[in-house]
Amino acid sequence: MNPHERLSAAISAAKDSGRPALVPFITAGYPEPKDFIATLKDVASVGDAVELGIPFSDPMADGMTIQRSSFVALQKGVSLKWIFEQLDSVQGEIDAPLVMMSYLNPLLAFGYDALAERAVAAGVCGFIVPDLPFEESDEIRQALEAKGLGLIQLVTPATPDARLKRLCEASRGFVYAVTITGITGGDAGLPADLTEYLDKVASFSPIPVCSGFGIRSPEDVAAVGKHAAGAIVGSALVELLERSEDPKPFLNSLIAF
Amino acid sequence: MSTSFAADEAKLLLDAAIRGEMPDTRGRFGPFGGRYVPETLVPAFDRLEAGIEEHLHDPAFQAEFQRELREWVGRPTALSFAPQLSKAWGAEVWIKREDLAHTGAHKINNAIGQALLAKRLGAKRVIAETGAGQHGVASAAACARVGLSCSVYMGAVDMQRQAPNVDRIRRLGAEVVAVETGDKTLRAAIDEAMREWVTDPDGIYYLLGSAVGAHPYPYLVRELQSVIGQESRQQMLDQAGALPDVAFACVGGGSNAIGLFYPLLGDDIELIGVEAGGTGDGLGENAATLATGTPGVLQGSYTIILQDDDGQVQETHSISAGLDYSGVGPEHAFLQATGRVKYISARDDEALEALEELCATEGILTALETAHAYAAARDYAKQNPGTRILISNSGRGDKDMPTLTRLPARIRS
Repeated sequence: MNPHERLSAAISAAKDSGRPALVPFITAGYPEPKDFIATLKDVASVGDAVELGIPFSDPMADGMTIQRSSFVALQKGVSLKWIFEQLDSVQGEIDAPLVMMSYLNPLLAFGYDALAERAVAAGVCGFIVPDLPFEESDEIRQALEAKGLGLIQLVTPATPDARLKRLCEASRGFVYAVTITGITGGDAGLPADLTEYLDKVASFSPIPVCSGFGIRSPEDVAAVGKHAAGAIVGSALVELLERSEDPKPFLNSLIAF
Repeated sequence: MSTSFAADEAKLLLDAAIRGEMPDTRGRFGPFGGRYVPETLVPAFDRLEAGIEEHLHDPAFQAEFQRELREWVGRPTALSFAPQLSKAWGAEVWIKREDLAHTGAHKINNAIGQALLAKRLGAKRVIAETGAGQHGVASAAACARVGLSCSVYMGAVDMQRQAPNVDRIRRLGAEVVAVETGDKTLRAAIDEAMREWVTDPDGIYYLLGSAVGAHPYPYLVRELQSVIGQESRQQMLDQAGALPDVAFACVGGGSNAIGLFYPLLGDDIELIGVEAGGTGDGLGENAATLATGTPGVLQGSYTIILQDDDGQVQETHSISAGLDYSGVGPEHAFLQATGRVKYISARDDEALEALEELCATEGILTALETAHAYAAARDYAKQNPGTRILISNSGRGDKDMPTLTRLPARIRS
């Protein structure tokens, strides 16, 4: 099994066991770089996969929480290089597949071939790049797929059907179904017509679908979990880590049915 | 993506640009440009592109746009010969007076064009970003004119240094949204406007103010600003009897510069863009993107940006809010790479000195942004005596009074 298939399998395994897969998101090195690995291990002990945010200076698709975490992490010296070094130091100790979320420019600066090589070695299975539409993704996709890594496509309620189908077929690992037309971290609740949209994405997608943006509570996870294989929880978890709380009880509560 | 060309390749690309074939169908100027936007906005960009295709060169739209430029903006703007400055510099200096356009800068050409387009595309409301406030004022005025509501995103730092414009925007009926995130200047304002757009891609029209961002904005803004170069070219022939030897424009994102340069690309005219040299050459001390930056993706476009080795975008410094930007329009990156346009920088103090000289010699208070073009032109004139020089006077300096009154007058005394 190559890395992106391992990621798909981890999501599917949770779904097959009768609960939605949980994909917690953390901003790498936030709130404190020294706690990064401990936090990652905690989060990975509950999550079926973990989304690792790579800090960027211009997070234009993110709300206040992820923006804040990104700026602070950068100020404290977190970089993609540093993140790989940290992950290398615990090689084999983290079972959950890792997904990196990064805006394109830090990946471009790192170099796509070097990125793919380091990522595989560090246990990363896929990448989410929120400012990279499919049409601009050839170069990085080829570099990633050459190493069996997946480029995870995002789809949104604004995506027309024909495009939705194309993106679902192009995605590797899972399909990231954005719940809302908006940025991360919303607390306005999930939209009423979410069910229909998620069912449509699932019907188009040959691989598992995980849904994210604005998912904060066990109720949200349950609601999304009826129509998608997994739920991604970001801002709510980052806010909890900011308050120095233990993430495990919160994450466990999200999938305790 | 290779960003330097062999001489023959550069010539082929430049010839294509002169023939009007840039950007290509993928929104690229050679390797630069493209469309790096969140998935939520892809359908909105597709609609915008289709709307431009349908309306921009449609005779009915053009007739309305040209009438608004003539009867509301006050075009054509004058071309002024500058006798005192010419004498002082030992050159023949001509000034394209975009400061005389309605609301006091070239920004209005683009704002009214896009507001008319937004109306045709059925937008419910308009959002815009602003640095120096000129694009905010222009957007507010244009939206009032066509009957659309308007919200202007402005960095908190810029709101302070361009306070008169904040009040003008509000009086023109637009809302000013203070941006407290990021660097609190133009870059953060664009990020925040994009975040707002993502919440309602169907109802919102984003009226971007410079030749930056994802395709089709660099193209759209260039087309709407090209009136600067088209008028200048004809006015030089009519009034000076010849084209200039050299043309100068300041470059932040680069909208007045592309508007001046684009119609002159095929002529035998040296073209020079002037960026903000700030207080020095160090990272963070200036906004001289093309002089010191490297290729990367910022705010939707593959262009030259100021970044560190990790691809993090760097903060900039300039005395002028309108040039204080870490990126630059992708067409400028292209024109630099082909060698057609030369990009240099002028420091804060040089720009201030040029501003005061222009006030004293020609009675024109120019914008701090524009003053950078004068500073560079003056140096050029010293090294090339007797040249015929055209300068884009992109905006007036009234908005800079809070900054200027804090500084001692240099020349008058």
